[in-house]
Formats: sequence, C-alpha cells, structure tokens
Amino acid sequence: MTELFLTLLIPLIGTIALLFINKEQVKLIKYAAFGFSIIAFIVSLTLLLQYTPNNPNLQLTYEKVWIPSLDIGFRVGIDGMSLLLVLLTTFISPIAIYSSFDAIKKREKSYYSLLLLLQFGMTGVFISLDLFLFYIFWELILIPMYFIIGIWGGKDRIYATVKFFLFTMFGSLPMLVGIIWLGQFVGTHLAHIPNGFTTNYEIIRQYSHFIPLEFQKWLFWAFALSFLIKVPVFPLHTWLPDAHTEAPTAGSVILAGVLLKMGTYGLIRFNLELFPQASFMYASIISWLAVFGIVYGALVAMVQSDVKRLVAYSSVSHLGFVVLGIFSITVEGIQGAIIQMVNHGLSTGMLFLCVGVLYERRHTREIEEFGGIARIMPAFTVFFAIAMLASVGLPGLNGFVGEFLTLLGAFKSPFLGSIWFSVISATGVIFAAVYLLWMFRRVMFGTITNPSNHGLKDINKREWATFLPIVLFIVWIGIYPSTFLQLSENSTKKLVNRLEKIKFGKERYELPVVPEITKPNNSNIENNQ
Amino acid sequence: MANEILKELMLGFPIFFLSATGILLVIIDALTGKNKVINYIFAIIILSLTIGSSGWILLNQYYNEANSLASYPITKGMLAYNGYAYIFDVIFGVAALLTIIAAREYNERAEFEYKEFYSLVVLATVGMMMIAHSADLLLMFIGIEFMSITFYVLAGYFRKKITSVEAALKYFLLGAFASGFLLYGIALIYGSTGTLTFQTISQKILAQDYNNLYLILGITLVFIGLSFKIAAFPFHQWAPDVYHGAPTVISGFLSTAGKAAAIFAFILIGKNIMFVAIRTLDSNHIITLQNILAVLSAATMLVGNITAIAQNNVKRMLAYSSVAHAGYMLMGIVANTPDGWAGASFYATVYVFMQIGSFAIVANLEGKEGEYLDFSHYSGLYKTRPFVSAMMVVFLLSLAGIPPFAGFFGKYYIFKSAINAGYLWLTIVGIVSSLISVYFYLRLLIYIYFREASEQTLHTGEPRAAGFTLLISAALTVLLGVFPSYLIELLLYLR
Repeated sequence: MTELFLTLLIPLIGTIALLFINKEQVKLIKYAAFGFSIIAFIVSLTLLLQYTPNNPNLQLTYEKVWIPSLDIGFRVGIDGMSLLLVLLTTFISPIAIYSSFDAIKKREKSYYSLLLLLQFGMTGVFISLDLFLFYIFWELILIPMYFIIGIWGGKDRIYATVKFFLFTMFGSLPMLVGIIWLGQFVGTHLAHIPNGFTTNYEIIRQYSHFIPLEFQKWLFWAFALSFLIKVPVFPLHTWLPDAHTEAPTAGSVILAGVLLKMGTYGLIRFNLELFPQASFMYASIISWLAVFGIVYGALVAMVQSDVKRLVAYSSVSHLGFVVLGIFSITVEGIQGAIIQMVNHGLSTGMLFLCVGVLYERRHTREIEEFGGIARIMPAFTVFFAIAMLASVGLPGLNGFVGEFLTLLGAFKSPFLGSIWFSVISATGVIFAAVYLLWMFRRVMFGTITNPSNHGLKDINKREWATFLPIVLFIVWIGIYPSTFLQLSENSTKKLVNRLEKIKFGKERYELPVVPEITKPNNSNIENNQ
Repeated sequence: MANEILKELMLGFPIFFLSATGILLVIIDALTGKNKVINYIFAIIILSLTIGSSGWILLNQYYNEANSLASYPITKGMLAYNGYAYIFDVIFGVAALLTIIAAREYNERAEFEYKEFYSLVVLATVGMMMIAHSADLLLMFIGIEFMSITFYVLAGYFRKKITSVEAALKYFLLGAFASGFLLYGIALIYGSTGTLTFQTISQKILAQDYNNLYLILGITLVFIGLSFKIAAFPFHQWAPDVYHGAPTVISGFLSTAGKAAAIFAFILIGKNIMFVAIRTLDSNHIITLQNILAVLSAATMLVGNITAIAQNNVKRMLAYSSVAHAGYMLMGIVANTPDGWAGASFYATVYVFMQIGSFAIVANLEGKEGEYLDFSHYSGLYKTRPFVSAMMVVFLLSLAGIPPFAGFFGKYYIFKSAINAGYLWLTIVGIVSSLISVYFYLRLLIYIYFREASEQTLHTGEPRAAGFTLLISAALTVLLGVFPSYLIELLLYLR
C-alpha cells in the first residue's frame, strides 16, 4: 500500500525538489534526478514482496473519494500486468536519466524535472483504477513529452512534437466522452449509484457485460481509438516515426519503452474488460490491422536510411504482435502480449540507446555514414548485437518468448478463427531478421569507408552501466520467462475465463459436448466473478 | 422590525458596502488631486473587504437566514440573498482585485494613469454584484446596464488611442442595441406573467397562469440580449475588436468577469423560468429553445476556435478563444439542470483566473504604444523571462483543457452535464473544438519555448505587483484543477 504510493509519489517529489536547486549546479541536478529514480525503482521492487501471484484479483488497492458528487476517487491498485509495467517504468526511467548525462547540454534543470514528471504520469497510468484518474495521468504525460521533444529534440522537433500532441489528443478526447457516458450509464442504469455517476473501475467492470451491445460498440471505439493511436496500430502510426526520430535519446527510450505500452495496457485493462461483447465483435478487425501493421512496419523499416527511423518502424511492427496477442483473447496470447510489452521496452529501449551512442559520437544517424564500426568499438558491437538479436526474436533472448506466445495464441484462438493471422504475422519475424541484420551489417561490419569514423571511442563506463542491467533482463526473460509470466498468469486467466463465460455462457451449459477452450483451473476464480 | 433591518443589513453588507465605498471612491478622486496611490490602495482595500465579507457569509452559511426574513425591510425583496449570489460576489470581487493589481504598472507604462480607472472597475463590480443578487428581472437589467456602461468607458479608457476609442464606440453601439432586445424581452415576460419577480414568475408558470407565446418570445429576446453580452455566435462580432482594442488588463476583465456576470443572468433565467416551464404541460417550446441554444453554443465554440487559429496577434487570439469559451459555458445553460448551472458557474470561475492571468502576461509584455503583441515577439521568451513563461504554460494548458489544470475539470463537468441532459452531439462538438483550440494554444507555447529569441524580443521589465496577480491566478488554476470538489460540491449544494 504505502509502497505503491511511494512508487507513484517519489518521482513527483523529485520534480518539485529539482525546482528548488539552482540551475547552475548541473551536477547536483543530474545526480538528484538519478537518485530519485533509483529510489523509486528500489521501492517498486518491494511491491514484488507484497504481491501474491496466486491471487487473480486487483491487489494493494486503495480508495479515497476525491469528488463525492461524481463518485470520482483516488483509486489505485495493481494486478500482474500493471505490476510488470510499473516495474518496467521504474527500471527504464533511471536508465533514461543516466543515459542523458552527457547528451543533454542545455537547460538541464527543466529536462530532468520533466523526465521525473513523466515517470510520475506513467506510473499513475498503470496503477489507477478510476477512469477519471486514469484519464488525468494519461493526459498529464503529454505535457512533459511535448517539451522534451520540442526543446531537446532534433531538427524537425517542432513538427514532430505538435504532431505527437495533436494525435494523442485526437484519440483521447473521444475517450473522455466515453468515460463520461460510461460513468453516466453504469451509474444510473446498472449500479444505481446515489448521484447516478461513477468512474470506479471495479464497479463498472462488474456491470460491464450488461451494457447493451449497441452502446458497447461506440464505447469500444471511443476507448480503442486513443489506445490504438498510442500503440500505434496502422494506419494511426504516422506520428511515431517523427516523434522517435526527433526526440532526444532518453525521450525515445521512454517513448518506446513505456509510453507505447500505455496503449496496449489500455486495450487489455479497458477494452477487453469493460466492453467484452464488443471486443469479440471487433477482435478480428483489430487483429487484421495489427497483422497489416506487422508486415507494413517491417517492410517500411527495411528501406529506411536513418537508423533511428528504422528502429521506430520496427516498433510499429513489434507492437502489432502485442495487439494481435491481446485480441486473440486466449491466455497464451494475452500472456505473450504482456511479456512482449516488457520485451519490447527492454530491447527497443536498448536499441535506441545504441543509436544514441552512435549519434553522440558522429552526430548523424544515416546508415550510409557508418560501416566497419565493429573494428573500432568492439564492446559496443556486443551490446548492439544483443539488442538487435533480441529484437529479431532469437531463441534464448527475450523477444522470442513473447512473439512465440502471441503467435501461438493467435493460432489457437477460437475467436479469430483463421490461421492466417499467425501465418502472415510470422513473416514479420522473418522480415525483422532481414532489416535488422542488414542494418547491422551495413553499420558495423565491412571496412571503414568513412574517414571520420576512425577516431571513435568505444563505450565508456557510464554507457556500460546503462547497457548491463538491460542485458541481464533480456537474457533472463529469454531463458527463464516463468519468473515474469507467473506474475500475471492468474489475472490473465481470470480475464479470459470471464470473457469466455460471457461469450459461450449459454451454449456451454446447453450442449453436452463442446470443445473445451481452457479449463477454469480454480474454483475461486469462478466465485469471484 | 429593527431586528430584521439589522439582519438584512448584514446579509446585504457586501453589495451595500461596495456601492457606498464605490461612490466614496469617486469623491476621493475629486479631492485628492494628483495623488493616485490613495485610490489604488483604497480600491484594493474595499474590494478585499467585500470579498472577505461575502466569503464570511458563505462560510458561515448566514445566507440561510434570508429564509427567515418575513419582509425585506430595506430592499423590499429586490435583492436575493442566496448562496449562489455570494459565490459570484467573491468571483467578481477577485476578478476586479486581480485586474486592479495588474493594471497599475500597465497604465504607468502606457503613461496613461488616471484615477477614475479604479473607481470604474469598482463600480463595474457593483453592477455585476447586482446581477448576482437580483431577485427581479428589472434589477437584473439594471445590473447588466450598470456593468455595461462602465465597461464602455473602460474599453475607451486610453482615449488618445484610436483603437481604444474605436473599441469603445463599437461596444457601446452594439451593446445598446443588445440592451434593447433584453428590455423588450423582459417586457414580454412581464406581459405574459404579469410580474417581474423571479419567484412569482416561477409560481405563475407552475400554476399555468401565463401566456405561452409571449413567454417564449420574451425568453428568446432576453437570450438574444444576453448572448450579445457573452459574445455568443452570431452576436460575437464585436468581441474580438473590443478585446483587441481595449487596454489589455481591461480586456481580461471584460472577457472574464463580464462574461461570468452574463452567464449568471442566463442561469437566473434558466433556473427560474426555463427549468420551471419545462415541467409544465407545454414543454415543447422550451425544448426547442434548448436546441436552438445548443446550436448557438456549438457554433460559438467552433467559430471562436477556428478563427483563433488564423490569428498572429496574441491579444486577438485570446479574444477569439474567449468567444469559444463562452460556447462552453453556454453548454451548461443548454443542459438546463442544476448540474449544468454548477458546471457553467465552475467554468466561469476557472475562466476568470486563467484568462485574467494570460491577459496580465500579455499586458506585462506589451510595449508603451501597444506593440510587441505578435506571436513572433514571444519567441525565445523563456530565456529572458522564465517566470512569466512558466505562468503562461499553466494558463494556456488550462485554457486548452489539459489535466491537471482547472480548465480540464470545468470542461469535464460541463460535458458531463450535457451528456446527462441528452446532448451527446453537443459534447462531441465541444470535444472537436477543444482539439482545435489545443493547436493554437500550443502554437504560442512553441514560440515561447521552442524558438530561439529574435531581435524583436521584448524589453519591458519583469512584473512587479502584477506578479502577484499571476501567482494567485496560477495557484488557483492548479488548485481548482487538483481539488475541484470544494467548489463543485458547494455549487451543487447551494443549487
């Protein structure tokens, strides 16, 4: 309980504390920001001790009414999925902060306080159990990200940051209408809250399958639009390559590592849970979009001449797997999606860090400019290779586990009903190998053609320190994913059971022989519904 | 009897006190010669006392005692002493106070500091408080006129500047026209129900003792008149010119407190006539009226925000966007429920702080001759003026409706009340228009934070007393955003 609060509040306290430091004391600012994020990470680790993986319900919940007349409250809590994502946030943030120690040379004070504010917002998104609170955190993230891209970004930063902001706003405003409408409908007609309005997530979920399908359809898209933009799913992805390319390294790391996961998190937490019937209805449409995004992202990545843009498009492709896994609505698929969210955060985050290393030394990201870097930067080559191979999905590294599970889920899914989802997406894995390995060959191997590459220094201690922890987790998840999978297993099973019950409820009890989808393994889960 | 007189004196203290001291301030103007500080200080003191006394009555719930007054020995029932009125007293008082504090150094810089400025602002506040306390259509009209006439003078306060004079003339001519509509509408309502007191009007409507056609016509005409005052489409044409031409601090005052006052008049009509009339058998006309208002509100939001995109002058951008904000407030009136009125009042309150704050910043950066108002003059502002820039972020993001600032919660509540009343389409228009507004508010932030300073950067000094206005406004914008429940619960509780 307290730990959850602290995890949320420490970054905010850090933001405020930084404001009181004189802006000339750059070193103090840097280390204070880093210190706060490390403390937040350590505190978030204690969440693991308090969390019981066997309990499929939301845990460590806390509720304090904030606006009584609207039944809006400060309601927080975690389940397996949010725990993993909170840990990812607190893990990536110090790395992002630490990695910008050399790269950021102007207005450090604002920069680091914005990064901490960003962390506050992201943690809040993952733990809030009140739709209003969720929306506030969701929008709060825009402000720091807008400034981070706009002030410390590259050449076209203003275009990129405005595009980022407007796209996200375009998505989230329908969600706001959806939240109000949902609160109104559930509060008045289903839950009979005194004032006829509630944004309590758990109450809404309890009644969600009673919402008539005609309303669910609209609500589903009102929410999905904002999440699909954030993920991003083709054709709403165009803001991503611009934002990624123009953002400073730490900005890209956080953007890829955590921010995009807010979209996929929202799809599971809100779309599947709150609009079950509509989810079944639209699962195949969104899955087709995801599949298309997988292939499209990979093909576009293949022709990029800018390394960072290539990695950005690879994100479009990789997150397609996550969305596909989610809308397969199977335990495997959703578990794979959750672990793939973490994986993508780690491996793509690391790829961006690698690109940042190159950029800091050469101030260019054009593939043409490089070649033969492996000879002069051997240690860097190893890390770059690990990140790249993890992203490709090499067995033994983390990417493989997630992609395999999502493809398995999509294959088995009785709701998608076609093996083509998996078959076509699997080509995305092959394409990923093509564009990443090809890029790697052109950048790292061969002879040094460009004379300005001769004097490059290999990575320094600070860069070692940023890469090593990520590599640890990349390998750990690759070899022994159960550590992470078991955290969210029960909550995922509960979700899938509930959805199946809603979908098959009737037939299951009427027909004697129906192919078993998944066995409800725990009688408690049934009772908890 | 004596007891009742005392009681009414206590209840009416804020408005009586400010009226009396406002007139006293005019006399002091005449007596003190060239010393301007006395007026400045005096105005601040009387406004603070008014705010304090209204707040005191509000906090201790003395307004409940108004119910026990058998007769109103002083005003004979012309003034209403309900909680809503005191909340608006506080809002108007605070708006006037913030304006006066910010105005002094602005007027000094423009080398146009005349003493009557302060008394005019105070008298305008008296007019607004009359609206807030009116229990009678006629007093409401007098309040609106009182307020408007002082506004005409204030808009033309820089009497040597052609733009200022033009603004005043335009405002006066169109405003007088609007007052005609308003008065005619009031006359028709009187013709329909045979009374001017809100309470009796409600009773007559409930008793079905009225002429439907005249009532509807009357309400329509009153709404047209009030739409002029809040600058709603299609009666908004004067607003950008006036807000642009008037002295900048005054534009802030006109576009916030003036709008809040007119919105309160809308609430009065809504609460006492529309909300009652919709319960009688013949409610179709009222629903039609609501729908017409909804269309106006939608058009106001869209027109205001779309025209604001094209502006390159910060003051004009704020002027057009203020038209759009009137549309949001109208949504609460459209809803025609206690929820909607609470939402509109909340939005009006919040709007006072964010808009006065941003106009105070514009005033602070403005040059002596009214130059330095273009977007390009603001480029790289963060470097030279970090404090002002940071304040601008708060105000602009709040105006754009981005959480956690108060503007967001205002919109949230208004949208909620509109959806509650069945106006989902209006909410969607509201959402689209606030998306549009994000674009131009961000555009100003881009100039301030992302562009490098050009040669035309401003040379005015840091704000002195105006910094206080900025800090108070920013603090309230944030606080009302994070803890909106105090105000919203109060508004709902008071009804």
